[in-house]
Amino acid sequence: MERKIDVDGLRLEHEDGAYVLETPGDDPARLDEAALDDALEAAEPYVSNWYYWEATVGGEGTARRAFLRWCERAPIVDAQRAGRAADATRSVPDRYQRLRDGLERGWGQLVVTTRLVDDAPFDGERVYDLCHVDDVDADAAALERYTDPREARKIARADEDGRYRPLKTAPTLRPGWTFTGLSGEQLVETVDAFYPATIANWDRERRGELDVDHWLETATRQTGIYDVVDELPREAVDWMAESCCVDSQCLRRRAWQYADGDDLSTPSGDGQFPCREPCSLVIAAAREWTDLESDPERRYELELTERELAQLSALIDAVADDRLG
Amino acid sequence: MQALVVASHGSHLNPDASAPTYAHADAIRETGAFDEVQEAFWKEEPHFREAFRSLEAEEVYVVPLFISEGYFTERVIPRELRLEGWDPSLWDSEGTSAESATLEAGDVEKTVHYCGPVGTHDAMTDVIVRRAERVTGDPQVGPGVGLAVVGHGTDRNDNSAKAVEYHAERIRDRGRFEEVKALFMDESPEVDDVTAYFRSRDVVLVPLFIADGFHTQEDIPEDVGLTDDHRRGWSVPADVDGHRLWYAGAVGTEELLAGVVLERAAAAGADVGDALETVRGDVTGTGG
Ligand code: SF4
Repeated sequence: MERKIDVDGLRLEHEDGAYVLETPGDDPARLDEAALDDALEAAEPYVSNWYYWEATVGGEGTARRAFLRWCERAPIVDAQRAGRAADATRSVPDRYQRLRDGLERGWGQLVVTTRLVDDAPFDGERVYDLCHVDDVDADAAALERYTDPREARKIARADEDGRYRPLKTAPTLRPGWTFTGLSGEQLVETVDAFYPATIANWDRERRGELDVDHWLETATRQTGIYDVVDELPREAVDWMAESCCVDSQCLRRRAWQYADGDDLSTPSGDGQFPCREPCSLVIAAAREWTDLESDPERRYELELTERELAQLSALIDAVADDRLG
Repeated sequence: MQALVVASHGSHLNPDASAPTYAHADAIRETGAFDEVQEAFWKEEPHFREAFRSLEAEEVYVVPLFISEGYFTERVIPRELRLEGWDPSLWDSEGTSAESATLEAGDVEKTVHYCGPVGTHDAMTDVIVRRAERVTGDPQVGPGVGLAVVGHGTDRNDNSAKAVEYHAERIRDRGRFEEVKALFMDESPEVDDVTAYFRSRDVVLVPLFIADGFHTQEDIPEDVGLTDDHRRGWSVPADVDGHRLWYAGAVGTEELLAGVVLERAAAAGADVGDALETVRGDVTGTGG
């Protein structure tokens, strides 16, 4: 044995010609090669659990691995979760118990179910199912069934009424489908297709390394037709965050503020995954707003989605009512 | 591990704008040449800003699915990707000869090879010709037929006209088509007058655009006289002023474009194996 195993309570070391095996609740046992096999068998489910994370998932330090561990409430190495409550994690036997029935976790409007595979080539192999939160109790036969992660793009494209969804994290994902039997890698790919980069940003935040760009930084960086957005009055930025970024409009939790140390008054929301910078829709809306601010007499031809149009109309109403003070 | 990022404009309004990006990225995925293939957009998600962070590969090839070397490819994309030390001079191009530059990105520990856009690569010439073959259903199309390569024209000091002229000239030099012209929406020679520029009865129009959208599905068909109202559609070929016009739609939707993406990445050092042969597979010019 060249290196030491230390995963989820299973410890195995080669020391002075003997193997030292330890599992939670049992004292370390010194074993020779002949005794090791039996001891490993007795150490289930720790061994199959180690094999799954080591051989199937791998990717130590990656967001993919952290997310898959989060999915089954396994402890995540170097979790910091700056400023947010630590996630309640579970021991291996407890997880196995729950994984037999399927352990569910929510991610925006998605629900991930992690299951142990009954007839897998090795014990401990997991697969993942994914469905819409509204379909958790639905009869599986009534749902469209997919196995290719790329199908998620098509589902995410339009809402239930067929309207285009340029903001992927808008809470308008249509129900009626399920992905079943995904591998961990496929699950991450599918979630990324529904909610791009949310896993990577969640992982960065968890490590305390989320690179947030606040409003002023992003606005100042713009060029071309968006050059003007940094002129937007501060109240209007607050208003935009309130109309575009709140949980009823977007499932990302807004981590950006007006500037570093200068928070907007609008609440950030409770989303599972953070928003690290004003998105292109907010920048586009800001541009329309800046134009309206600077020259209300001019005529504009706007190209807007229904949602943008609704937001802009509300914005105009607010100005008319002098609510922005 | 190596990853490919296909960088494209996308749209807040038109769900079809990103269709070619996904189609070409999928075609390349299926070859298995890259460990990871990622789409990234200016107006959709994932945004350019977050193009790298979901990748596990250390070596990343970025190929812009844009027509010209200009505002987007020289300023917006490198800035949004946080390419450290980027300067357009690193491409050492006169507007149609960009290759690639190797840089680091500010938010990830990866080596990024930033390639020139597909639109100015020499292989794009073949894609335009393939488009003409497909729309006419004739793999030998050329003799007796005129070809118009149609571009947007002067746009934020872009080199977009240069790219159109560059490919028109290359096709002309091959001597395959009776006549070849570069025409534009916003500058002279204008595509509105297409029939005045050609003697040949049959003229193929290939718009040098990445995606079908307002320009290729509304403006050009109406300007050219294929139809009075784009909503009613048009026939292919359409009779206009005694000519038969074969209007091809955006060149970016042509399957062969995936080959240009691969050429760009390979020239920057990516190991693409035999993927090029695979994506060039359909040589009939008509097949689906
Ligand atoms: S800027 Fe606001 S609307 Fe856009 S993704 Fe972030 S939270 Fe959502």
